Amino acid sequence: MHPVRKQRLLIVLFVVLFSSAAAGLVMYALSGNINLFFPPADIAQGKAPVGQPIRVGGMVVADSVQRSDNSLAVTFELTDYTANVSVVYEGILPDLFGEGQGAVAAGRLNEQGVLVATEVLAKHDENYMPPEVADALEQSGFDHKGNAR
Amino acid sequence: MIPELGHFALIIGFCLALILATVPAWGAWRRNSRAMALAPGLALGLLVFVAISFACLSIAFLQDDFSVKVVASNSNSLLPPVYKFSAVWGNHEGSLLLWALILSLWTSAVAVFSAQLPLLVLARVLSVMGAVGVGFLSFLLLTSNPFARLLPGTPADGNDLNPLLQDPGLIIHPPLLYMGYVGFSVAFAFAIAALLGGRLDASWARWSRPWTNAAWAFLSLGIMLGSWWAYYELGWGGWWFWDPVENASFMPWLAGTALLHSLAATEKRGLFKSWTLLLAIFAFSLSLLGTFMVRSGVLTSVHAFATDPARGLFILVFLALVVGGSLTLYALRAPAVSSRVSFDWVSRESLILCNNVVFLVATITVLFGTLFPLIMDALGAGKYSVGPPYFNAVFVPLMALLVPFMGLGPVARWKRDSVRRWRSELLFPTVVAVLCGLTLPLFNADYNLWVALAVALSAWLVLGLSRDLWYRVRGAVSLAAGLRRITPSYWGMFLAHLGFAACVTGIVATSQYNIEHDLKMSPGDTETLAGYEFRFVELVPVRGPNFLADEARVEVYRNGEFVARLAPQKRRYMATGQVMTEAAIDPGLFRDLYVAMGEPIGEDGAWAIRLHYKPMVRWMWLGAILMGLGGFTTVFDKRYRRLRSPAAVSASEAAHGV
Amino acid sequence: MGSRLKLFLPLILFAIMAVFLFRGLSLDPQAMPSALIDQPLPEFTLPVLGEDRLLKRDELVGEVALLNVWATWCSSCRVEHPYLLQIAASGVPVYGINYKDDDAAAGRWLAELGNPYRANIADREGSLGLDLGVYGAPETYLVDARGVVRYRHVGVVDERVWQTILQPLYQQLNAQGSGG
Repeated sequence: MHPVRKQRLLIVLFVVLFSSAAAGLVMYALSGNINLFFPPADIAQGKAPVGQPIRVGGMVVADSVQRSDNSLAVTFELTDYTANVSVVYEGILPDLFGEGQGAVAAGRLNEQGVLVATEVLAKHDENYMPPEVADALEQSGFDHKGNAR
Repeated sequence: MIPELGHFALIIGFCLALILATVPAWGAWRRNSRAMALAPGLALGLLVFVAISFACLSIAFLQDDFSVKVVASNSNSLLPPVYKFSAVWGNHEGSLLLWALILSLWTSAVAVFSAQLPLLVLARVLSVMGAVGVGFLSFLLLTSNPFARLLPGTPADGNDLNPLLQDPGLIIHPPLLYMGYVGFSVAFAFAIAALLGGRLDASWARWSRPWTNAAWAFLSLGIMLGSWWAYYELGWGGWWFWDPVENASFMPWLAGTALLHSLAATEKRGLFKSWTLLLAIFAFSLSLLGTFMVRSGVLTSVHAFATDPARGLFILVFLALVVGGSLTLYALRAPAVSSRVSFDWVSRESLILCNNVVFLVATITVLFGTLFPLIMDALGAGKYSVGPPYFNAVFVPLMALLVPFMGLGPVARWKRDSVRRWRSELLFPTVVAVLCGLTLPLFNADYNLWVALAVALSAWLVLGLSRDLWYRVRGAVSLAAGLRRITPSYWGMFLAHLGFAACVTGIVATSQYNIEHDLKMSPGDTETLAGYEFRFVELVPVRGPNFLADEARVEVYRNGEFVARLAPQKRRYMATGQVMTEAAIDPGLFRDLYVAMGEPIGEDGAWAIRLHYKPMVRWMWLGAILMGLGGFTTVFDKRYRRLRSPAAVSASEAAHGV
Repeated sequence: MGSRLKLFLPLILFAIMAVFLFRGLSLDPQAMPSALIDQPLPEFTLPVLGEDRLLKRDELVGEVALLNVWATWCSSCRVEHPYLLQIAASGVPVYGINYKDDDAAAGRWLAELGNPYRANIADREGSLGLDLGVYGAPETYLVDARGVVRYRHVGVVDERVWQTILQPLYQQLNAQGSGG
């Protein structure tokens, strides 16, 4: 084989091998590090896996936020007006967090169905609320209407 | 009156861009030199009118003209004047105008600084840039007019600038970032001109190199500022979030890094020609894609502008035209027959190939991670989010793989080198680097394998570079003479690689040794973190120009000695009622101390307080500044200003039958 | 010819990506259609904020009006408040639903920021909100002269929303009302 062609072949082989290694890495990283969003209604029905990283979003139920007096532990409930999920979190809540506002908590469900959150996000104002929350509430909103009327 | 003037100037600018996109291109096609010669003048005219338009909008902001819609929704009479000015680009319409202004700046710069370019090439390049300008100016005029009035119903006062954007870093961050983003349009225009003309040679690479390097340098600085801003402004000490908007600026940087290395091989050795062309298209496409993602609302992010699907559709169509068109042109015109130039496996070329593969794969993995939620949503598979762990898991090994090759790169020779020479040159740096990795982490804290690895790799980079520099200098009569002999190109490479090493060290050290502590503190409490004693002295109310705040006064001591007085704030902005955390930082070359306020707890004045100890966090930004400086330095290389006879080029191109 | 074909690969990849981006555009994360659109406003009898009387659904019906869901705990409501004042000043009837709020705090808010509302329904338990399908605040409903919910806006009402969506609809509904 012509040396230049041979070199090209080797380069292509190298690139293919390297890219497939990278693709493998991507798949591996993706399998452990993406988290699926669940609305509270799905969690109440037991659709969410226990012990896996997930995200839950909804409105923070009024008067449900309870702070511990001597630590940063906080518990609150998220609702999509169909079901509630209790969330425990230890740390500083974001500036925009508030009762009656949309929030997303990321963490793992424990055996009691309580979400042990490692991260709490709140965002409304300009965008009103996190889109997943809006989406989850929209779905539950239709359910709710269907049942109520 | 002034806003109408601005609008009018924008329309004239649009017309000029339209003429620039068509007439010189027609001239280049018909070989009409009169038409081609119009290009530089049109480019300058475009700049003048877009600048007038931008000035008019700035005046509207500075004079609190709340009858202009963007002013009313993004400014406030209480806003400090400097933020009134930066509010010009703190919104969708204004930032798009800034984009257009920067595009016309680059276009004019090409027109002015390209005396050595043959008229034919210059006309094509400027025409392509004019076409990009047509796209952006029509986007502005049709969907996002910054001069739209609120008549009748002018509000008494404006809605205020988002408090997050009221910050000195944000005054220069967007302009720098856009200088980088838009700067890749020059490399893109050169690539398209080359495809149109069918001439792809060393001179083509030499023309587009300084522009690419300058754009890359701006982008490096812009990204660095963005990260720095997030660090001190978002209030929780993170400096990189892999947020879609950050990724939108990072992907062109990654592709641009691959491009400027591949351009080097194309210029010096005539290699990887069609590959380089593709990278140039790719880098600018990613810039456009970034614009699309930030403004269309397809992805959610902390930084995204208020979005509008109609705008999204416009950008998508524009993106499809530009990227689809250029890729079609590429598919039809790129040199399919590969260059017959050969190179040895042990050579600089193969190292540049490694660089390109790593950076391209990195770009694609970031692109994939960013678009993954969108893809799953579009397929109806659920609402996923891809978090930082994914990006870290993919990105860190890729970069770790890169550094060993990077150490070899500057030492390696073009075409053919020998392993024995590499061994003799790099044995000493290798030994010292390993020693550094084994010992240096001991000075700071407990021994950490990752830090050791980062230190060893960085030391290997720095030592390899220094040794190479020494070899280049030592032959000269004096040290000064030797240093003078070194070209700006080399200095640029030297600085940028040095910056990369600093960046790697800083990132790894701060991620591994970072200590953060969230706790409840009342005035009078103390807390010790990493040997620093934080005393919460008192809590005082503070009044700013447009906000009210609670301010915590914290004093920091080390071994009984006073270190710093920190005053983090929790602000409430009066116009919007928005609450903002303002962190207080004591910066240092080797460590930052960071205090932020969470929320009040209980009745006795206690607050949730966030204390961070961040070692070497500045190194990563200093590294990025070095990279930026390196990029700028290369631009001053003399060989980029060598004149070439235009007639000879036209003749040779004509002979090619193009 | 094979070598020429492979140069089309980037174009094909881009085309696939563009399809997804296009799909992404139509997946508007903000759109939240209400189940109540074109349905009559639900029945209610609730106290009026700051007054000692009850308000019934039928008292609202009779002219085209805006129904604005707000609360003092909602910071976005503060953003839209000045616009509501403007809209009310231009003669549009605006009713408030003070949603899951404290009466005293709501009274202070109105005293401090101005009162754009003809009347405020004190929906302390959120029962009307539940019937309307309110997700949060602020939300604004456009109700026609026959008491039918015609449009629902989720989020802040600002100039853009008012001028591009609500005002044209308001004028159209008014024109229909007087025409037929």
